[in-house]
Amino acid sequence: MIPAIALEIFVVCLGIFLLMADAFQEKLDKRAIAWGGIIGLAAVFALTFFVRADGSAFGGFYLNDPLAILFKRFALGAGIVTLVLSLEYAPVLECQIPGSKPGAGLGEFFILPVFTCVGLMWMASAADFVMIFCALELVTISFYIQVAYARKNVASLEAGTKYLILGALSTGFLVYGITWIFGMTGQTSLRGISIVLGMVPEASQTALLFGLGLVLVSIGFKIGAAPFQFWVPDVYQGAPTPVTAFLSVGSKAAGFVVLIRVIEPFLIASAIAAKLVAALAFLAGLTLIYGNLAAMPQTNLKRLLGYSSIAHAGYLLIGVASVGAPFAGRAVVFYLIAYFLMTFLAFLVLVPVAAASGGDEISHFNGLGRRAPGLAFGMLISMLSLAGLPFTVGFLGKFFIFEVAMRQGHFVLVILGIVTVACGFYYYLKVVRAMFWQPAPEDAPPITVSGLTRFAVAFLAALILILGIYPAPILQFLL
Amino acid sequence: MSPTSPLLFLILVPLVAAALILLGSPARFTSLVASAANLVFVLFLVAFYQFGSELPYQFVSMWPVIPSMGISLTLGADGLSLLMLLLTSLVTVAAVAVARTPEKNGQWFHACLLFISAGGNGAFASIDLFFFYMFHELALIPTFLLIGIWGSGDRQAAAWKATIYLALGSFVLLLGLIGLYLIQPDGMRTFDLRAIIGLADAGFLLPADWVYLLLLIGFGILVSLFPFHTWAPQAYASAPAPAAMLHAGVLKKFGLYGLIRIAVPVFPEAVVVFGNLLLVMLVGNILYVGYITISQRKLDWMLGYSSVMHMGYIFLGFAALGVLSLTGASLMLFAHGLSIAALFALSGELRERTGTLDFAELGGFAKPMPAFGLLFGFAAFAAIGLPGFVGFAGELLIFFGSFVGGEPLMGAVAGREIFLLNNYQIATICAVWGVVISAVYMLRAYRRVFFGPLNDRWSELPEISASARIAVAGLIVVMLVTGFFPGLLIKLIESAQI
Repeated sequence: MIPAIALEIFVVCLGIFLLMADAFQEKLDKRAIAWGGIIGLAAVFALTFFVRADGSAFGGFYLNDPLAILFKRFALGAGIVTLVLSLEYAPVLECQIPGSKPGAGLGEFFILPVFTCVGLMWMASAADFVMIFCALELVTISFYIQVAYARKNVASLEAGTKYLILGALSTGFLVYGITWIFGMTGQTSLRGISIVLGMVPEASQTALLFGLGLVLVSIGFKIGAAPFQFWVPDVYQGAPTPVTAFLSVGSKAAGFVVLIRVIEPFLIASAIAAKLVAALAFLAGLTLIYGNLAAMPQTNLKRLLGYSSIAHAGYLLIGVASVGAPFAGRAVVFYLIAYFLMTFLAFLVLVPVAAASGGDEISHFNGLGRRAPGLAFGMLISMLSLAGLPFTVGFLGKFFIFEVAMRQGHFVLVILGIVTVACGFYYYLKVVRAMFWQPAPEDAPPITVSGLTRFAVAFLAALILILGIYPAPILQFLL
Repeated sequence: MSPTSPLLFLILVPLVAAALILLGSPARFTSLVASAANLVFVLFLVAFYQFGSELPYQFVSMWPVIPSMGISLTLGADGLSLLMLLLTSLVTVAAVAVARTPEKNGQWFHACLLFISAGGNGAFASIDLFFFYMFHELALIPTFLLIGIWGSGDRQAAAWKATIYLALGSFVLLLGLIGLYLIQPDGMRTFDLRAIIGLADAGFLLPADWVYLLLLIGFGILVSLFPFHTWAPQAYASAPAPAAMLHAGVLKKFGLYGLIRIAVPVFPEAVVVFGNLLLVMLVGNILYVGYITISQRKLDWMLGYSSVMHMGYIFLGFAALGVLSLTGASLMLFAHGLSIAALFALSGELRERTGTLDFAELGGFAKPMPAFGLLFGFAAFAAIGLPGFVGFAGELLIFFGSFVGGEPLMGAVAGREIFLLNNYQIATICAVWGVVISAVYMLRAYRRVFFGPLNDRWSELPEISASARIAVAGLIVVMLVTGFFPGLLIKLIESAQI
């Protein structure tokens, strides 16, 4: 049995070790670094099963509960898949970074996700606003670099700039919000706030709500909720594809964990709780409508996945707005895990296909059903799961969300939800149509896939189907 | 954990066969063997079913899936389920037999058909409502692919419209099922239909008409209840014949089956409360869609609309809520499934030969293809509900049952008490007129296709192929046998837990 804090320390050490290896072993094949990262993260993943599941560290800054452990695994898994994607993507990236030698500059591309992963893991355990802020910044700053990594690609640079400016803005909101909350309660720790909250005089509640609102704005930015979503499509389309995948899964999941943790103490005060739930429900509705409607006309798959990530944030927010219902937390976490599986699966297919076809438009997938049946099948499962078809994990996610929402009487949200699900069927099936209905172009190049990617595609697809029929292995962690 | 239900076999055989086909096994042969095996298996199940037993559901087995929510994969069959399983396997065999393996991606074509069949079997064999719902959805994507890749006409628009409409409908239905779950008392909540009916009988359910309304709209979209029917005709017109057979013949019955299964025992009051609404909608199905059917100029569109129209009768049987009318409705589920499957099989064969189904271009086909004409005539008469076919028994029971439905309405004329017609009786009269309408369009279609002057370019049309002939003739024989002896099926239906 090891203390939970050791996990983060291991991953930090892994990252530093890989940096050293990259710096001092000039002849080292850069791919070895990625492999080292994958194996190291997998080893830490295995260690998570031997962690003491109790207690806190750093005087209450660091909290270790089952939710935290689960999200550490989530972050590690996301890191591993991102590195697999990066390996597949490396040939494309090499053409987009200036360098005299082959492989120059690739090393950090494989190492930065490891540090992002640490940030996500800290965030899962953060029980204090200071800690939340630090962890969030570790994640965001490493993402600033990764998004703009393809320096010869104007789209990537533009994405990096946008992400940097808006990210900084949202950080400002977060700090400002925290100071207001601190000013009213004298506490930064979430536990402390929940204790003090009952004693806050009536007159200060508006100020407290103002601070909480600012924090919500900042988190809304991280999870890509409307109306703070405008950076998402451009950044997702411009960033290198593995980074897009990591951003859309890791960053979003971290945002939701923080959201769940932050709103928890405020739910005790009923006056604040009602307003908070109303605000969350409003955000959820807006996000659902915007994400789904804007996704419909898209022709670029990366951009489509960007909008779809907004749409999924909407469904997740329905779950968050239903706090108070038993199992609401479970529904949100289950949905996040489903989202992890299906989004990464889509990106795992997208990277090799885009590399072979020279672009990530949906039309580049034409005839994939005949060109590469295995990849097409993986993409089919991913799209059906994203759309929410039964026997996939995505359906169960939506089912749980709708169940808790109906329990809490959010009927408007639920109706919005099913109408937008129908929209979702349209834009996800557009990809299916391209793969199976449309003929392949005459000069379609063959698609080569590494064994590792092939394994990852098969593994995630199998998980989507198995957990879609028998979700008990995950649910038992969430009770 | 309980002993494995033989019903699992019915679901797994098509799935395994589909997987084998995708892995390279000969497509047509494998799917024929699998569907024939299923048919034989269902007949065995019917033979081993114990009529008059204490337990209506037999062959039960149960695997808990989400115990905390009372969801488990519970398979089991009573008489009504067996009837539907019989229908599914009959239509599957016929559909696979008439299917021509397309040149491109033939293995996917057959795999899709088998997926639809597996979904139908799974839905009809599930006692757990969650899996009942899930299995139905298994057919959604195969249908999308079948229409989109191998369809005819404006297939893309048809595939999109049907898929999105059905997806929306099924999510409305999902809300209804969640509602049904939430109105149960906390701590006893389950998706097991038997337990839900038990709770309803004991009066433990919260009164919730809105749940019934959600179920009605959700199921209604899936069954193409007026005014939610617009997806159906176009989809059936564009779909390749086997897909149309399976969808119109089997899958569409899922919605009505669900209403009879769930709404009748759980929400009898709500059915009456919303009775007038449903009557208006189903009369819309029968009269409005009926007249649209008459005006169709193409055979495939006409059949598509006619399948929508016939749903109105079954809804009438459901709305009246009597034993007689429900038995008739169940019988009609079976009868209509067989007759529409036969008709779609034949119209598909016709399209293969002529490339068009426009009435204006057809005519006189009885001369080059007499056997084809005979089979089509039988199928058309069965669809109208001529005595001797099982459809007649179903319609008759529905009409008798629905005419006595509702409260009798009394009035007085000049001091003398007389009977007035209540809404159920008015609807029944409209429905009887619907029989005339269906006779008009079926016979007109028959005349336009098989009689009249023969265009010279059709003089060399080949006669119907042997496999299609056997398949359609088989369906017609079943309809005739059960038409003369409907007692065979009614015995099954009576033993069901409705």
